[in-house]
Amino acid sequence: MWLRALPKHFLRLALTILLGGLLGATLVRLAPGFGVDERELDTRLSTQSIEALRQSHAPQNNIFAYYRGYLVGLFRGDLGFSTSLARPVSELFAERLPVTLRSVAVGVAAGWLLGFFLALPSIFFRWKAYEVFTAGLSGLFISLPAAILGLGLVYAGGPASLAIALVVFPRVFQYARNILLQSAHLPHVLAAHARGLHSTRVVLCHVLPNAAPLLFALAGISVSMAFGAAIPIEAICDYPGIGQLTWQAALSRDLPVLVNVTLLITIITLAANSLSDLASTAFARPRL
Amino acid sequence: MNRIRLVAVVFLALTFSAVLLADFVAPAPYAKQFREAPNAAPSAKHLLGTDDLGRDAFSRLLYGSRVSLLLAPAAALLSTLIAACIGGLAGYLGGWFERAALAATDLSLSLPWLFLLLTVRALLPLNIAPIASVTITFALLGVLGWSSSGRVICSGARAIRQSDFVLQAQALGCPPHRLFFKQVLPNLQPVLSAQFWTSIPIFIIAEANLGVLGLGVSEPLPSWGNLLRGLENWPEVKASPWKLMPIVLLVAVVSCFQLVFQKRENLAS
Repeated sequence: MWLRALPKHFLRLALTILLGGLLGATLVRLAPGFGVDERELDTRLSTQSIEALRQSHAPQNNIFAYYRGYLVGLFRGDLGFSTSLARPVSELFAERLPVTLRSVAVGVAAGWLLGFFLALPSIFFRWKAYEVFTAGLSGLFISLPAAILGLGLVYAGGPASLAIALVVFPRVFQYARNILLQSAHLPHVLAAHARGLHSTRVVLCHVLPNAAPLLFALAGISVSMAFGAAIPIEAICDYPGIGQLTWQAALSRDLPVLVNVTLLITIITLAANSLSDLASTAFARPRL
Repeated sequence: MNRIRLVAVVFLALTFSAVLLADFVAPAPYAKQFREAPNAAPSAKHLLGTDDLGRDAFSRLLYGSRVSLLLAPAAALLSTLIAACIGGLAGYLGGWFERAALAATDLSLSLPWLFLLLTVRALLPLNIAPIASVTITFALLGVLGWSSSGRVICSGARAIRQSDFVLQAQALGCPPHRLFFKQVLPNLQPVLSAQFWTSIPIFIIAEANLGVLGLGVSEPLPSWGNLLRGLENWPEVKASPWKLMPIVLLVAVVSCFQLVFQKRENLAS
């Protein structure tokens, strides 16, 4: 069943690249200040030189020609040139993407471990103190901006991935707890308890398989959350990843970098969501 | 739990009252400098001391809270309205419009929100007047933050479209626009209300993140975002812990919002 869904996901990714590229090019083309060359302000330049400079930007003024050039470059792997860092965008990505991917992967894994294993006891026990403690802890971390968590980690000397984990964990905990509790109250699970099956067996054979599709969907969303948190955390922690690059590009209005970063992150998060969708489809079987 | 919710409601009411009455409660205007007392400790004159430019920290906290607490609901209202238009119409009309709207929502949801926010914010001029920066920041939050609400509202509208009373109204010859405005929208009110209230803390935190990164509300106008930038100097914060007050207030307000409106969201969903 999940194999049949595979082409649909590939088509969606390809369409996203195409549409995202077009959207990005439009945003860059329509941004205030597009096509203005600072060299035009140089008083030493003659009128003819200024006119020549303007003529050199003329092809970019045609929005369709600009789209075509952008898309052709995109499919050739030419992502443009960073105006603030004076380097090719593809080179910057090659340097920084692995750093962010590593911290996001570690952060998501640690956030899931913490969130899921704090949620799991809720289906076994009904300890009021534990519920208050976990609700308070997740409530506190969900109320803290990612930038402040990053700042706290800088002062504590912890890694950036830990701050990402602290952003992911409260959301995972709250959703996973609700999903697991819903699964634990299904009639066939109650019947299994009533027939005297061991709690661990009930959870492993009946609760978790039922909750799996929703948990996989949550895993896909947590990748997007982690990338969102990576910007302020990497910027504050001075971590040389994509998040810090995005922040620097935003401050210096480096549009080629910003648009390509947005497109790249969309593709990564869509791929993660597609994977989680496929996993959900594979696990979505009635287990009554 | 109800008692905790009551405490949260009272706290929110007090905070909102204080920020609404900031002109009367604040001991000084937010930009007024007491040049003889920079970085002063809390005293009867300056309840939370002063910042490094000699501005009264309590007054800045009150005015900053006013900016964040009044404009986050405004942004939430804007995003809920957009979500109601797109999601409500998609759910009500169905067919290709629903598929196109849901595809746009999925695409928007798959993109980390802060990336999109930063990209669009950077496309606009950065060096602008404080009032313009406030408007741009919260308008962007409202315009870009509709997608998750849109999806929920769409499924709510779809359920209403398939309900018996709408089918009966259609059978009686009720025109589509009348059906939408008189039957569908009023019945979507609990979902819209839940989406509005749950968006507020999200926008407060988003503004705080933007402010810490220097892309939110510009100085000298205070907001929680730019007040939190004061925490970047840890030795100073360690020596004067009252400077943590903005983050304490932000966490308290966001937690209270979650406590008060979580039940409402659960009921609506």
